Amino acid sequence: MTKKITFPHIGNYYIPIKYLIKKTTLCEVIVPPKITKKTIELGSKYSPDYVCVPFKYNLGNFIESIELGANVILQAGGGCRYGYYAELQEQILNDLGYNIEFVNFIKNNRVSIFNIYKYVKKVNPKLNIFKYFYYLINTILMIIIMDKLQKNMRKNMGFEVVENSFYKIEKRLFEELQGEINPFKLFKIYYKYRKEYRECPINKPQNCLKVGIVGELYSIMEPYCSCFIEKKLALKGIEVKRFTTITYLLLQKKSKLKKLLKKGKKYLKYHLGADATESVVLTKELAEQGFDGIIHIKSFGCTPELNAMSILSKVSEDYSIPIIYFSFDSQDSEVGIETRLEAFYDMIIAKKKK
Amino acid sequence: MQKKIKVGIPRAFLYYRHSVLWKEFFEKLNCNIIVSPETNKEIIELGKKYSIDESCLSSKIYMGHVAYLCDKCDCILVPRICDYGKNNNVCVKFNALYDIAKNLFPRVNILNYNIEKTKLKFEFIGFIKMGLILNKNIFKVIYSYISAKLKEKKHNKILISQQKQLLDNNKIKILVVAHPYNIYDKYIGEPIIKFLKNMNIEIIHADLLDRKKAIKYSYELTDTLYWTYSKELVGAVNYYKDKVDGIIFITSFPCGPDSLVNELLIRKLQNIPITNILIDESTAEAGLITRLESFIDIIKGKKEKND
Repeated sequence: MTKKITFPHIGNYYIPIKYLIKKTTLCEVIVPPKITKKTIELGSKYSPDYVCVPFKYNLGNFIESIELGANVILQAGGGCRYGYYAELQEQILNDLGYNIEFVNFIKNNRVSIFNIYKYVKKVNPKLNIFKYFYYLINTILMIIIMDKLQKNMRKNMGFEVVENSFYKIEKRLFEELQGEINPFKLFKIYYKYRKEYRECPINKPQNCLKVGIVGELYSIMEPYCSCFIEKKLALKGIEVKRFTTITYLLLQKKSKLKKLLKKGKKYLKYHLGADATESVVLTKELAEQGFDGIIHIKSFGCTPELNAMSILSKVSEDYSIPIIYFSFDSQDSEVGIETRLEAFYDMIIAKKKK
Repeated sequence: MQKKIKVGIPRAFLYYRHSVLWKEFFEKLNCNIIVSPETNKEIIELGKKYSIDESCLSSKIYMGHVAYLCDKCDCILVPRICDYGKNNNVCVKFNALYDIAKNLFPRVNILNYNIEKTKLKFEFIGFIKMGLILNKNIFKVIYSYISAKLKEKKHNKILISQQKQLLDNNKIKILVVAHPYNIYDKYIGEPIIKFLKNMNIEIIHADLLDRKKAIKYSYELTDTLYWTYSKELVGAVNYYKDKVDGIIFITSFPCGPDSLVNELLIRKLQNIPITNILIDESTAEAGLITRLESFIDIIKGKKEKND
């Protein structure tokens, strides 16, 4: 039986993940269909009812791509509940009668690159460790490029002169990244698109509204889960800043944690677990930088972010910075979120005028 | 004469795991101990006021107890637990309890110890540091900790051996799987226990099993689990599953670890009646009792068939 590999969606990162799997295992990779209402409905049908939303999205992704013919599923993650998803998802899929191979890269609540290498080597015995690292470096470079360019995009997207011009550039970027690549080409792509992003005509006032987004990683990085909140903010002409990206989680988090704790000494003595420390400290930092408001998003029942929320209300009081909390579940009406966002927008505008 | 320091201990979360250790430790250090009363309406209301409405019921109750103790003692004990070694984490709620309490009640002195074995913060060091705040004599602190720890071990052994005797009798036996802070709580677990006792049923507690052994047993059912407290319960389920007639899972809504672990266990265990009871602030007792009654009827029917 030939192996057809699939993996769960998270934002646009399917491009580097697909590249890595395809190059190293030489198997066919099935990217799950884009997340739609059907995905979440399928997922929540078979999930325990009060589990957090990413579990449901992932399960929906799996079922949809199994229907497309996938028979190997890769899952990885860690931190809070994420690390234990895999075992239960495997059990659920088995109970549903699917005959699949479930590969879990999580060990000791952490993803290790050597675990991935071991698995890949088993599938594709011709692979050697140098080649593996070459592909891995390419993948990481790809992720860094995507994150860096998108950071710029979030900053300026709200002020574009021609509608959707930023999205058009992004689309071309993704197309180019999906072609044949090597490190030199990646650098070329980066400089080319950085120039394009910079030259894209914008009409940005001097003191525009600035909003920071903090919270749980999946809801932040998967736009469907947060009802495209970044897009909505951009339409209103707001500069958006967020810190949580895959680059941050994979490469920077470990070295930055200690510093963050020092900066947030006023509120924190210990780490709150998962990304909650960041949520508190970055909110404080953004408040000091003069941001107009903070949007805190998480999926329903996310324990680490709940920890952060108890402390955030105090930060908000001390720095008099408005914070709005969104909690996403499998049944969110986009209209309700829009209304709340609108009210928040009106409030920060009124505050700014004062 | 110096006035004795009043130490407040909230009767929630880890109190049910470490009550003997804490009481003995502070008593040996010449402190007065105030334990908050059993959970009541007032405490739940206080807890709701001080916590985010999405947090789990157990943590709301904890905050209620801390709020209750606020003006009744000099300092409150709020430990912070991160992990008991590699692959032995706890629910992230325990990581943040100290910081949450500190920010919610800024005027209260909080006694605190930290367990994070992967960073060499052992329980022993934590207790010594905490004890030195209360008493300058380090030998006395060490002596208090060791004697308290020994007493706790002895206490646990007695409880476990008592439970072992229950397994031999002929009554219907039901395994109750829940975190100690849920099952022994007046609001969450006690109505269920009381009802089962009235029905003349022997209750086997999943948390009363040698902890190290339990963790070993747990690997047979699930091998990627990394929450210590859940591991102990899973191990107990694996150990007791052939010795009891039915299993009841009790969870407070929306508990993070339980949402995954209980679902996995329910899917993995077959040939034994299982029910999962979810409790939140608005659970009605009548509905609960109906469910328990029908569950017990099923067990009785099954037992008669086998006899």
